[in-house]
Amino acid sequence: MIKRVFLIGNPNVGKSVVFSRLTGVQVISSNYPGTTVEITKGYLKLGDEKIEVIDLPGTYSLEPSSKAEEVAVNLLRESLPGESAVINIIDATNLERNLFLTLQLIEQGYPLIICLNMCDDTEHRGIHIDFKKLEELLGVAVIPTCAVTGVGIKFLLERLKEIKPLVENKLTHEGRWQRIGVIVDSAQKLTHRHHSFREMLEDATIRPLSGLFISIAVVYASFKMVRFIGEGLISRIFDPFFFNYYQPLVERVSSVLAPGSFLHHLVVGELINGKIDFKQSMGVLTTAPYIEFAMVLPYIIAFYFVLSILEDIGYLPRLAILLDNLLHRLGLHGFAIIPVLLGFGCNVPGILATRTLESKRERFIATTLISIGVPCVPLQAMIFGLLGSFSGFYVGGVYLVLFSIVIITGILLNYFIKGYSPELLLEIPPYRFPPIATLAQKLFFRIKGFIFEAVPIVLLGVALINLMLYFNLFDFVTGIFAPVIQGLFGLPKDAVVALVIGFLRKDVAVGMLIPLGLSAKQFFIAATLLAISFPCVATFVVIWKELGLKELLKATAIMIGASLVVGTVLNFGILH
Amino acid sequence: MKKIALAKMKENQKGKVLEIAGGNSIENKFMSMGIYPGREITKLSHFALRGPVTIKTGRSVLALGHGMAAKIILEVE
Repeated sequence: MIKRVFLIGNPNVGKSVVFSRLTGVQVISSNYPGTTVEITKGYLKLGDEKIEVIDLPGTYSLEPSSKAEEVAVNLLRESLPGESAVINIIDATNLERNLFLTLQLIEQGYPLIICLNMCDDTEHRGIHIDFKKLEELLGVAVIPTCAVTGVGIKFLLERLKEIKPLVENKLTHEGRWQRIGVIVDSAQKLTHRHHSFREMLEDATIRPLSGLFISIAVVYASFKMVRFIGEGLISRIFDPFFFNYYQPLVERVSSVLAPGSFLHHLVVGELINGKIDFKQSMGVLTTAPYIEFAMVLPYIIAFYFVLSILEDIGYLPRLAILLDNLLHRLGLHGFAIIPVLLGFGCNVPGILATRTLESKRERFIATTLISIGVPCVPLQAMIFGLLGSFSGFYVGGVYLVLFSIVIITGILLNYFIKGYSPELLLEIPPYRFPPIATLAQKLFFRIKGFIFEAVPIVLLGVALINLMLYFNLFDFVTGIFAPVIQGLFGLPKDAVVALVIGFLRKDVAVGMLIPLGLSAKQFFIAATLLAISFPCVATFVVIWKELGLKELLKATAIMIGASLVVGTVLNFGILH
Repeated sequence: MKKIALAKMKENQKGKVLEIAGGNSIENKFMSMGIYPGREITKLSHFALRGPVTIKTGRSVLALGHGMAAKIILEVE
């Protein structure tokens, strides 16, 4: 009896969607090759048996060419015969290309069943697949499914029981394509369709001129939409909630605890002009929840909403083509834009996504650039919320400085690091329009992730800061770094504490700048430095795990160097 | 019939792959994605300043770097 089922297939055929359907475990899926970079495990019930299901990163063949593919292929090789089976997921809209891996799997003797996914998308593209015939020609069970809606998954489970290995001769690569040609010719019929609007759009986005215009429009619209949704949520929902319902509650807490007491200092924080100020009080029940829920969460929702739409439609690989040339000068190729975009949400998934890049050199460059120049949503939300009230000019300034730093650092890294970076080779998926429910589910999953990961750290962090401030434990650190912070960066020495806290959480760190009464210029420098200097501790740990200690130290040295240069240049370079 | 590198082809031009002038690993990678001798390819677009090239092979649209496109030799009308 089988104990383990591997889901394997080309990139972007919907393996993760099938995985979620089989196990009920939610995972992120998008419309671009390489969404899954980690192995996800779950369980399904087949009769009375509990079977382990393993979602593998996508691969085009059993000869891996990136870290993510290598992981998939190795795990499959190590699997025990007799105990494991393979569900090969195939994109029905691209049968021919998918069958290459299928034949390799059959030749290797893996017990196999085929899940012919995206069957709902074939008819209107003029593709007709005779899956009975396909089953006959391949000699393995073929089950048509549409995993996004769940169609066919039940049959997939039923046929899983009768799975068994085949004995096949090994073919040469050319021989394999020849056989695929024969199979496809008899099992698939194509009818000619006129170019639909969708196909015209697919085409326009990969042509240089039209593609450039569309990308500018898309990026601009995305940015506007994030701001519109984020600000809308703050002013219509979160702020009213905090001021009308939450404030009276904490005011009662404040009067019970008596201002001035240790507990009041910890829980409510300082009263500003005799009142609780959500932005400045710095208490576990005041500023901590306000920062997370009323300043950051709305932008988390807005950002992931827009990103999820772009991901699921399949626009991101097109952006990769347009940026390939620029990224080439930084020692990367176009696909690196996807880890970078994910990094704008949170650096951690961004750095994990660099696994789809082929070489260690590229991974190091991409990781360093993300941690130096890509501010996460919490940091950006705080910059918008606070620096934005000074002037929009400075907000733009932060992005301009970060962009320049990324370009300069990238060019330098590309010049000084030995080796070379491979070129872009990327499949461009057709546009797809997933059901709203799928989109909502993914958004909800990401928001839940944020709340569970960020909120405990923020509450604990603020408690810790208050304790340390109460017992004057920061004086020591402040003393050490004051010359640099004051002399080079022109910031008051209390800003040291905020910069140190940045290691814990960027949003809290920006929050700590508020009571210091900084000028717009000082705020601008401090916010920029928070972005460039050390990433938060979670990102640190991920870099360590992904690249090793040596590379982490190298990246850290680069970050410190960049911070010193940028802080000094901004301080002495900007007048007034 | 004449031989030409994919990088030098015109937009919307069709050709049949003759050879892949690269190492074994790049050949395998192309092979698994459906680019192999005898295969018909349509070039879709080309980005300026040695930018990437996009092609259509079968039902797949692929983007590849300029250097890669220079290694694929095709036979065109």
